[in-house]
Amino acid sequence: MTALKDRVTARMVAPASRRRLNPYLVVAVGAALVVALTYTLPPFRTYQLATIGAYLCVTAGLTVLTGLNGQLSLGHGALMATGAYTLALWQNKFNLLAVGIVVAMLVTTAAGLIIGLAAARLRGPYLAGLTLAVAVVVPSITSTFDETFNSDQGLSVVLNPPPESMTVEQWQAWLCWAGALVTVLALALITRGRFGRDMRAVRDDETAAKLAGISIARTQVWTFVISAACAGLGGALFAVLAQSVSPGAFPLTLSLFLLMAIVIGGLGRLSGALIGAFLLVALPALAHEIGEASGSQRLEGNLALTFFGVVLVVVMLAAPGGLASLRVPRSWRPSHTTRKKKH
Amino acid sequence: MSALLEVDGLTVGYGAAPVLHDVSLTVEPGQIVAVLGANGAGKTTLLRALSGLLPPTRGRVVFDGADLRGIRVERMVRHGIAHVPEGRGVVTELTVDENLRLGGLWRKPQPSLAPIYELFPRLAERRGHLGHQLSGGERQMLALGRALAAQPRLLLLDEPSLGLAPRVTAQIMALLRDLRDRTGLAVLLVEQNVRSALSIADQGIVLSLGRIAARDDAAALADDADLRHAYLGF
Amino acid sequence: MDRFLFLTFDGLSRGAVYAAFALALVLIWRATRIVNFAQGAMAVATAYVGYSVADATGSYWLGFAVAVLAGLLLGAGVERVVMRFVDHSSPLNGVVVALGLVLIIQGVLGMIYGNEFRPAEAPFSRDAFNIGGVALLSRYDVFVFAAVGAVVVLLTLLFTRTPTGLRMRAAAFAPDVSRLLGVPVGGMLTLGWALAAAVGSLAGMLVIPTELGLHPTAMDVLFISAFTAAVLGGLDSPIGAVIGGLIVGLVLSYISGYLGATVAPMAVLALLVVVLLGRPDGLFARSKARTA
Repeated sequence: MTALKDRVTARMVAPASRRRLNPYLVVAVGAALVVALTYTLPPFRTYQLATIGAYLCVTAGLTVLTGLNGQLSLGHGALMATGAYTLALWQNKFNLLAVGIVVAMLVTTAAGLIIGLAAARLRGPYLAGLTLAVAVVVPSITSTFDETFNSDQGLSVVLNPPPESMTVEQWQAWLCWAGALVTVLALALITRGRFGRDMRAVRDDETAAKLAGISIARTQVWTFVISAACAGLGGALFAVLAQSVSPGAFPLTLSLFLLMAIVIGGLGRLSGALIGAFLLVALPALAHEIGEASGSQRLEGNLALTFFGVVLVVVMLAAPGGLASLRVPRSWRPSHTTRKKKH
Repeated sequence: MSALLEVDGLTVGYGAAPVLHDVSLTVEPGQIVAVLGANGAGKTTLLRALSGLLPPTRGRVVFDGADLRGIRVERMVRHGIAHVPEGRGVVTELTVDENLRLGGLWRKPQPSLAPIYELFPRLAERRGHLGHQLSGGERQMLALGRALAAQPRLLLLDEPSLGLAPRVTAQIMALLRDLRDRTGLAVLLVEQNVRSALSIADQGIVLSLGRIAARDDAAALADDADLRHAYLGF
Repeated sequence: MDRFLFLTFDGLSRGAVYAAFALALVLIWRATRIVNFAQGAMAVATAYVGYSVADATGSYWLGFAVAVLAGLLLGAGVERVVMRFVDHSSPLNGVVVALGLVLIIQGVLGMIYGNEFRPAEAPFSRDAFNIGGVALLSRYDVFVFAAVGAVVVLLTLLFTRTPTGLRMRAAAFAPDVSRLLGVPVGGMLTLGWALAAAVGSLAGMLVIPTELGLHPTAMDVLFISAFTAAVLGGLDSPIGAVIGGLIVGLVLSYISGYLGATVAPMAVLALLVVVLLGRPDGLFARSKARTA
């Protein structure tokens, strides 16, 4: 049985075993690059760099979930909110950042487990609908329990000042990128091992995966939990960056932005997650500049919204086969469209 | 008399690999032409190409003097071609009556269904039943009746005997011959059930691997032992 | 007891709106196997148009008519320009494209109208009047019932009594066979989207005066409720959508009434989870697993 499983999964993902970059090397180079950038970029750009790092935690986890395991989540904005609020509550009570980040991840992981358990039983639009509901409803919980979460005003986050040799922005960038690089490394190692093959096998053909002895539900739940942990980390880092949390920072559109980022970046690739995270910072910044130049306040956030939407729709329509063809490498999916043909 | 349907050099393929090579045939008004051959010979592809579901890569289809190239599937029925697809294509979520009405819906005014019910008394009894409640034979009658409700001049019929008891198959074949005799309906009949098909056909065409392997009078084909062994398996 | 009765009528009134909106989702799902996640945003967009016309002309009814008409056009446009070209090999493709439309619509609305809540007047009083000494429902509730009832009746007549309705149903159930029978399937799809969007617009016009007013994201929570209603009814069944809508309306009304309004969004989520995991085929479904 195990031999069969290996053979089937190996066949399904054969091209994935081609030579790839060593993840340790990539992460080391990335760390060096980030450190170098924090000493050369002006403070605002360094802050943006930090934001990219925080986004990368989330997009990396999401691209594994959607791209490699085929589960669509619109609830990752809500999971970020979970991480961010947990960190805020923790900091305001204990002011111990390192532990707080871990606690935030744990709490978000637990939330992700609950959603993941439900998600593993759902497919397609039903899963999308459920996670969409999570994204819409979770921010409103801050009003339900306003004594804890302080409703729409949100909470401020108590933080110690950075070490004396660093600026706040440098410290933020280091922190966020430490989280991002650890996330990327962990995901790279997970996805290239046996569990990664299971994930892809489940995505490509559930029946075949089941026949090969892979537990569909367990694979899906674990993937969801992993990507939830990443979202929790990202959310906690956002709380640190903004030094406050509020429901307005985690609207439905945030979840949609995340989805757009991984789709445009190239689904299922960690490098795509990086591109996506970069776009999530760069496009709104660009829209902000255009908005300022035109002097219209209404343009500001909405221009980015519109732009993201247009890009998403155009990419989806232009890519033959939709989402599946956006995954890389393309040769994974040769049989899908031909299989159905009959004469 | 000029041919009702003239197919000339038809080549059809899914993607790069052609399924049908250079197929030519004619159907005269009131003629029943049987298309025979093994699984995968291209019989269904031929019908799908004729009704426009598959665009041919080469070749010409002329119906009643009009070139059918580029005509959309949903216009074919207005030209007088009715296609009963493989597996019958009864809309199982609709009632018998609704299925039948659907057949004549494009005509203005809409034709009465009384002649169809007269032809298939069984359908009249089950008028209000949903498609998925019908037996295989009833579905075949429904698909046939629905095609006839469009009052076509050419009927493209794909495997009407599939999954039916011999008695029911015989009924349907008798009905086709009767229709042809009374109304001059032409039929292009794709069948695996060679005996039944040749029993009512005027002409037979044998397809093999997408090419025409033989064509002759139905009676001659039925008598050609070598051909039967080679292509038709009996 | 009075309170219970009041909440019941209030719930039915809300539920009628959910029913209409769920009906719009079901119409499109049946025809294309796409859950139109952009339905809420589309409805808001047409409501903005409707209220702009109402403000400019002083006539609510003209605005109402324009909103529904705009829904027809927007639905047809979305199908013709975007949805027709979506690859159907994975159901996620349609979902993602619809979400892209949500971003576009909300962004454009924000640019034109701004991101503040704009008050939206109801055409009738929303104060409950007394029936037998108990304040049960308002004139506006009666209007909601009448409007949704009319939509349900008209759609039923369209689908069961007219040739076009028969064509639309056939095209939805069996597109290839329908084309062979001369049904212009593409046109039926466009018509289906147009009708669904118009029904969604109507639901939007009905619900917005009862909420905080016009806002680009005004329909987000309503969408979730209506989606829950549609799933409850089985997603394939128009009757199920109507009944599902009424049930969801009642449940939410009781919960808001007895536990507080801020609990309502969580209640929707809980209800959706219960429905998806407990009755995976909806209350009335005959077949088809939840995997579509």
